[in-house]
Amino acid sequence: MGLMERTQAALAKMFPQPASAAPPPAGEENQEAPPREQGILAVDPARHGCHLDVLCGPGQVVEVARTLDREGYFLEAISGVDWPDKGQFEVIYDYNRLGGEHCRVMVRALVDRGEPVVPTISGVFPAADWHERETFDFYGIHFQGHPNLIRILLPEDADFHPLRKDYMP
Amino acid sequence: METSMWRALLYLVGLLAFAGVNAAWLGWCERKGAARIQRRIGPCEAGFAGLLQPLADGLKLMSKQLLVPQGVDGIIFRVAPVLAMIPAITSLAVIPFSENIGARAMELSLLLLFALASIGMIAILLGGWASGNKYAIISAARSVSQNLAYEIPMLLTVITVVMISGSMNLREIALDQQGGFWHWNIFRLEHGHFLTMWISFIIFFICSVAETNRAPFDMAEAESELVAGFMTEYSSMGFGLFMMGEYLNIVVGACLTATLFLGGWDCPFGLTPGIWWFLLKIYVLIFTFIWIRWTYPRTQIYRLLNLSWKILIPFSMANLLVTAALIKVF
Amino acid sequence: MTVPVHLRHDETFVLNLGPQHPATHGVLRVKLTMDGEYIVKAEPVLGYIHRMHEKLAEGGTFAQFMPNTARMDYLHALAFNHGWALVVEKAAGIEVPERAEYIRVITVELNRIASHLLWWAAFLLDLGGFTPLLYAFDDREKIVDLLERVTGSRLTYCYLRFGGVYNDIDDEFIAGTRDFIKRLRGRMPRLYHDLVTHNIILIKRIKDIGFVSAEQCRRYGATGPVARGSGIDYDIRKNEPYSVYPEFDFDVPVFDECDSMARYMVRMHEIEQSMRIIEQALDKLPAGPVMGKAPKVLKPEAGYYYSAVETARGSLGHRLVCNGDKNPYKLKLRSPTFSNLSLFGEVAEGMLLADALAFMGSLDLVIPEIDR
Repeated sequence: MGLMERTQAALAKMFPQPASAAPPPAGEENQEAPPREQGILAVDPARHGCHLDVLCGPGQVVEVARTLDREGYFLEAISGVDWPDKGQFEVIYDYNRLGGEHCRVMVRALVDRGEPVVPTISGVFPAADWHERETFDFYGIHFQGHPNLIRILLPEDADFHPLRKDYMP
Repeated sequence: METSMWRALLYLVGLLAFAGVNAAWLGWCERKGAARIQRRIGPCEAGFAGLLQPLADGLKLMSKQLLVPQGVDGIIFRVAPVLAMIPAITSLAVIPFSENIGARAMELSLLLLFALASIGMIAILLGGWASGNKYAIISAARSVSQNLAYEIPMLLTVITVVMISGSMNLREIALDQQGGFWHWNIFRLEHGHFLTMWISFIIFFICSVAETNRAPFDMAEAESELVAGFMTEYSSMGFGLFMMGEYLNIVVGACLTATLFLGGWDCPFGLTPGIWWFLLKIYVLIFTFIWIRWTYPRTQIYRLLNLSWKILIPFSMANLLVTAALIKVF
Repeated sequence: MTVPVHLRHDETFVLNLGPQHPATHGVLRVKLTMDGEYIVKAEPVLGYIHRMHEKLAEGGTFAQFMPNTARMDYLHALAFNHGWALVVEKAAGIEVPERAEYIRVITVELNRIASHLLWWAAFLLDLGGFTPLLYAFDDREKIVDLLERVTGSRLTYCYLRFGGVYNDIDDEFIAGTRDFIKRLRGRMPRLYHDLVTHNIILIKRIKDIGFVSAEQCRRYGATGPVARGSGIDYDIRKNEPYSVYPEFDFDVPVFDECDSMARYMVRMHEIEQSMRIIEQALDKLPAGPVMGKAPKVLKPEAGYYYSAVETARGSLGHRLVCNGDKNPYKLKLRSPTFSNLSLFGEVAEGMLLADALAFMGSLDLVIPEIDR
């Protein structure tokens, strides 16, 4: 069993409901297509740069991180995306393997734009500490339980979140 | 006036000129030497081969304002650079440049030199402390521990020279080594001193590099760690005096090394001795200082102290005992 | 470090290292809580050169962002060019002619050597050795001259295009590159290794200083020479091959000592490996166009794209989200030193100030790339 299948199996335990039979390719749900069922999706790494696309709820983020930590992954980056049309923020976690077989896992979580709260994974991966601070800085997404959630790149007295689509300088 | 007054005045002017010229143009030598080592040209605009550069630098420094940071002890802050300069110039008074050139030949001139060297250390401590800057205080603390650590092996090796020459008068020590390089303390044939004296010389040289705060032992200045150490807050001639004091300390260190180990003004082949031999020796030593500085990276403060306490002090102790035994046996 | 640490937390003081400090190579600030010369707590404070490149990316078209990439990591700017070109080509499905791929590899690797040389120079400067800086700059100057010939700029390159490169290389560049490699190979043993690498003071300064374990690398996401100096065999060029790297025979230097010396050795060996890659690429350089067919206005399909390249400092990732428009909808740059620096606080705890600065130098920080 390859690394990708193993990871998929480990993650699948968290999603009792299997992904729907014919899910639309990654990205399309942002347009007209209806949102896909939560779950894991294998995508073409040559096209999208990652092997697994995991869409989970904000509550599952920490558990996914724990699972991937057990599988020996490391956290590459955390990025936020603003979807004002849908009234949602998206937090994207990129996990990868440090050496050995290569498998990149993209974990996405959608949160309400009005009250963006995601639990922190800095307890699992210390790398998330700064990335979460950066996401908080740019989007105002609140990472619950973060030990030091203050601005990192912007001045400490800034009162705006510049990467929100409705931010006007 | 009496002749002794004229003599004193002549030496005063002469030594001040010697100190001033050295302090200024050693900076030029250092820059040119470094440039040579680094395949650059170095200063070349001001005058022939940039020889007027020190004057230009000096004028610039003098025209700047001496900034005194708020809330520091202004008197100590201003006195410290002067204190770094004066002992270095005073030290020159007891250096015998040749058989008949030398301001004073005191019985305890060697001891006086070490006493004055310690005042230079106090200047760094005061300057660093009075700056009210954290980097400067760290630098001052480093400098004191470094100088204390290196004075011990330095004195221990000097005792070997004193034992051989039987005097603490620098002139007597130099006179004792006349007549060709086989009489110099470092190569001395009598009593088999060459067996141990080269070790003394190496230890003394390492210590003098450390005592003058030169790279690779420039812990106090350590520009990549402590910005500029004790000089961080100094501008204008405050900074200039510290720099001149540093160069003068190098000159004094080289003079001392030449007198103690390299026969003073003696010609290596026992022919006409004279002041030019002395100057040649000290400038070769100074060039070695420059050469070392631009070759090696800086060491670490704890390694520096380890080197002194764990290696140099035991070695110089053993060296002292062996030298004493040699004197007794032969 | 063998010095016992007895930290007395009741007499600490705060030392602001930076944002203007000779050892931070830019405007990084580290808030150090010190006990004498021992560091009790180290807390990097970022953002002094933050320019919000990610917002700038959203404001312009894909091609308009290309010049910005070089302004983040100005030492290995071509790799940032490459990373951006790769992710957009992936998203828009643009083919790159083979000759262009070879030219990309040659220029990126030349730039990598220049970056490592500059790191070496700056690292030695941190350790108080000034002379090596000028030797390294002498060699780096040759690379900069070569790259100026083909790219038109000396530092902030904007050379890659979606679907190829902006300018073909000529025979003079090829001859010059071969001469440079010969020259550097001739200078390496004496000027770099005899003078510096085998110098006892340097070895004592950086050996066993700054221990970063492999597990720490994984938890903090450290990549590049930092990870390879901790025994992790991870190089994007091998693990996730892109461009024409699989066609070259080169090794990934890995050292197990986990200290600053190991990271130093990794980089010194990487210079040699990069020279090997360049030589092979010059030998195999195919003929043909250097620009493929690319549409004037790019409108990649909506979706999520990720692409990684190996810069001189580690894995650079571009997380691109497109919504079918002609602008990037969202771009996140995963810059390698951002993650590499995040472990500084943990590792520097209990170190002496001078050792911590030697360790910081061995991380090879480029501040604009951290702050973006």
